[in-house]
Amino acid sequence: MITAVPQTDIPRPSLAPRRLSNYFEEGGRTLASWLLTTDHKRIGLLYLYSIIVYFIIAAFAAALIRIELITPAGDLVTSETYNKLFTIHGTLMVWFFLIPSVPAVLGNFVLPLMLGARDVAFPKLNLLSWYLFNLGGLMALYAVAFGGADTGWTFYTPYSSTYSHSHVVTMAAGVFIAGFGSILTGLNFIITIHKMRAPGLTWFRLPLFVWSLYSTSVILVLATPVLAMTLALMSLERIWGLGVFDPKLGGDPVLFQHLFWFYSHPAVYIMILPGMGVVSELIPCFSRKPIFGYHFIAFSSVAIAVLGFLVWGHHMFVSSESIYAGLVFSLLSYLVAVPSAIKVFNWTMTMYRGRIYLSTPFLYALGFIGLFTIGGLTGLFLAALGVDVHVHGTYFIIAHFHYIMVGGMVTAFMGGLHYWWPKITGRLYPENLGRLAALIMFIGFNLTFFPQFVVGYLGMPRRYHSYAPEFQIYNVLSTAGASILGIGYLLPLIYFIWSLKHGRRAPSNPWKATGLEWQTSSPPPKHNFHETPVVTEEPYQYSPVPEQRLIYG
Amino acid sequence: MTFPVFPHQASRIAIETDRIYLGLLCLSVAVCLVVFVPMIFFLFKYRSTHPADRTPRRLPQNKIEITWTLIPLFVFMAFYAWAARQYFEIERPPPDARNINVIGKQWMWKIQHPEGNREINELHVPVGRIVKLTMTSQDVIHSFFLPEFRIKQDVVPGRYTAEWFKAENIGTYNIFCSEYCGTSHSKMIGHVIVMSPADYQTWLIRGQPGSTLAQSGGRLFLELGCSGCHIGPSIVRAPPLDGVFGKPVPLTTGDVVLADEAYLRDSILFPAKQIVAGYTNDMPTFAAKVSEEELLELIAYLKSLGTTQ
Repeated sequence: MITAVPQTDIPRPSLAPRRLSNYFEEGGRTLASWLLTTDHKRIGLLYLYSIIVYFIIAAFAAALIRIELITPAGDLVTSETYNKLFTIHGTLMVWFFLIPSVPAVLGNFVLPLMLGARDVAFPKLNLLSWYLFNLGGLMALYAVAFGGADTGWTFYTPYSSTYSHSHVVTMAAGVFIAGFGSILTGLNFIITIHKMRAPGLTWFRLPLFVWSLYSTSVILVLATPVLAMTLALMSLERIWGLGVFDPKLGGDPVLFQHLFWFYSHPAVYIMILPGMGVVSELIPCFSRKPIFGYHFIAFSSVAIAVLGFLVWGHHMFVSSESIYAGLVFSLLSYLVAVPSAIKVFNWTMTMYRGRIYLSTPFLYALGFIGLFTIGGLTGLFLAALGVDVHVHGTYFIIAHFHYIMVGGMVTAFMGGLHYWWPKITGRLYPENLGRLAALIMFIGFNLTFFPQFVVGYLGMPRRYHSYAPEFQIYNVLSTAGASILGIGYLLPLIYFIWSLKHGRRAPSNPWKATGLEWQTSSPPPKHNFHETPVVTEEPYQYSPVPEQRLIYG
Repeated sequence: MTFPVFPHQASRIAIETDRIYLGLLCLSVAVCLVVFVPMIFFLFKYRSTHPADRTPRRLPQNKIEITWTLIPLFVFMAFYAWAARQYFEIERPPPDARNINVIGKQWMWKIQHPEGNREINELHVPVGRIVKLTMTSQDVIHSFFLPEFRIKQDVVPGRYTAEWFKAENIGTYNIFCSEYCGTSHSKMIGHVIVMSPADYQTWLIRGQPGSTLAQSGGRLFLELGCSGCHIGPSIVRAPPLDGVFGKPVPLTTGDVVLADEAYLRDSILFPAKQIVAGYTNDMPTFAAKVSEEELLELIAYLKSLGTTQ
């Protein structure tokens, strides 16, 4: 894709190692040098450390939920505790893990590198985003530590605004504050993509990951303020009895759902578009083929971002919304499935006549296609009006969105993390363990969530602390799967940490990948490039012939 | 150990919903085949160590893209229409239904039959008869989910929502609350008991309700003093209520509204909201004075008033 000018002098500083040429060394190794950094790469890593903490807490809540559900009776924890557990799980996973996962960690790290820029447009704002994010996160953890909230991550009124006896306002305040971090990150990315592209890097030479980050950022900027307002109104009603949502005060509880999903449906795409972007990088690289249908994939991201704003009502088919509104929202939901299908077809077609290396990142990409396809197809069941009346609010929807968010987004995040790990750390992870972990995750995931489709159709409602005995077998399978999935997550955590010290040193471009981020050393110098690269070619100029030696494969 | 896949089919709606579900399942399998079979074939044939023809081929890219955009689009539209038709079926109660009231409350379902029978977490219905549930909540949002009938409807405080079904077989079926409603959400469960018409009649009589729902409402109408203004000669002029239910009502604003359950409810709780043309608002609110059950009794009474004026 890219050549630097002058062509004979492609900057490869790692070939001539200078001690102070990477972002770990430059600027120092003190705590202050990290906490006050404006380097997008360090901020990306700060996000990584933070989301791992939130992930572990949220995963622990999930583990307790799954153990509780082995038996139909609610016997491990009380109902109050159970309700708080799924609230912790949902709130932390959505706002403090999934939403920042790919954009704020991988996006922060590679976006300026991909653009050939020294940093994002507003480096200080970028650091502020991280502080806001964690201020929100600590607020949420404070709520958890001092008793927790029991509203579910959806905060439906009037339960949240009037009836719940838990730390709803603190929890909502955490989400509210973290939202400003999201807005600023989105803003930063949009401006960076518009203004900081290297010479010659036209819009249609951008890596597809950048297109997906762009679409995501637009959603972050447009949708997050609505969430902030909604949670603020809910909190004001709780504190001062404002009367927006509680019918006893003259409000309308269903209005909350409209406002909430106006943000939260686009947010679902925040939790999948960046993952699609990662996969669009991995597939051509490990198939050694230019991506099939570049423009279609790029514009499908935009189409998803736009249509994603118009389908919120499909969460409310049984909420008492008008049946004609239901008709329109269902139609639009079917339309939004089309661009997703286009992406899947294009990824598959990219492999045709390629040279395929089954390295760990590619295994994750394949896992993504498989799980996302199932997640997307089951979305068609939920968008189907008559069927949704039955499966709404059951484990069917739980399984569906976990296929998208965990099967899709987390799988893509893991794929991206393995792919860029050599660039981020300058070290290689152990490939065989990587492949093993990918396989374990795939098996564990399916065993956890596939049975939930079945038990959902059988009628098991979500958020049930105790349940009817006929649902037990599927819950036991699910819990068994979750324990396998847990091992799948633990393994990379261990070998990634191990690789920091003991991993082989990574060359600049272990995957022989196109893309500007691979043109600089691993890890990159503080300002990314010694010379501003100039782009003269189309993206993804891979060739399947002759056989190339990737670092693994 | 059994692996049930479908809940029992207790109504025709259930049979049709399952049919659409199976249709979608077939579509899903077809899409998976279209995606995964070539994918696995490519993975095998073009794996790095395998010799294969890899010379790049110029494919008619736009034609391919348009094909795999339009085909899913048309197939999706067909499923959309199929499921939308079913939704209309589910959401619009047929006119000749037997009305039963459901009041959701943390954490129980209270049921009122027109004959005056009341029950909690159990809903007795006759087989083969269309039953329409008029539902509301006295606290948070609940959802009345009957998995064997493949129907659910949120039960929302401050409004009346409706749900209908026609049981095809005698039996006992699940009621689940499927909208999270607080601590004992998973205990907000019950049963639909479908009986033969004769058994149902016996059950109604055995319940010895004393007075029908409308009669209870009539008593309330007197006790609350409604009759003082709304019936007979009075110093305060209030609109007569005989036969008002289901009729259009002109308002002072010039609008005309239909006097349905929601209108009657609002007029009792928030009298100033909609004032009947030709009247001034002299009515106090009854918001803190009547419970959701009593409101439904009053509405049953108002419905029972004929057009004898």
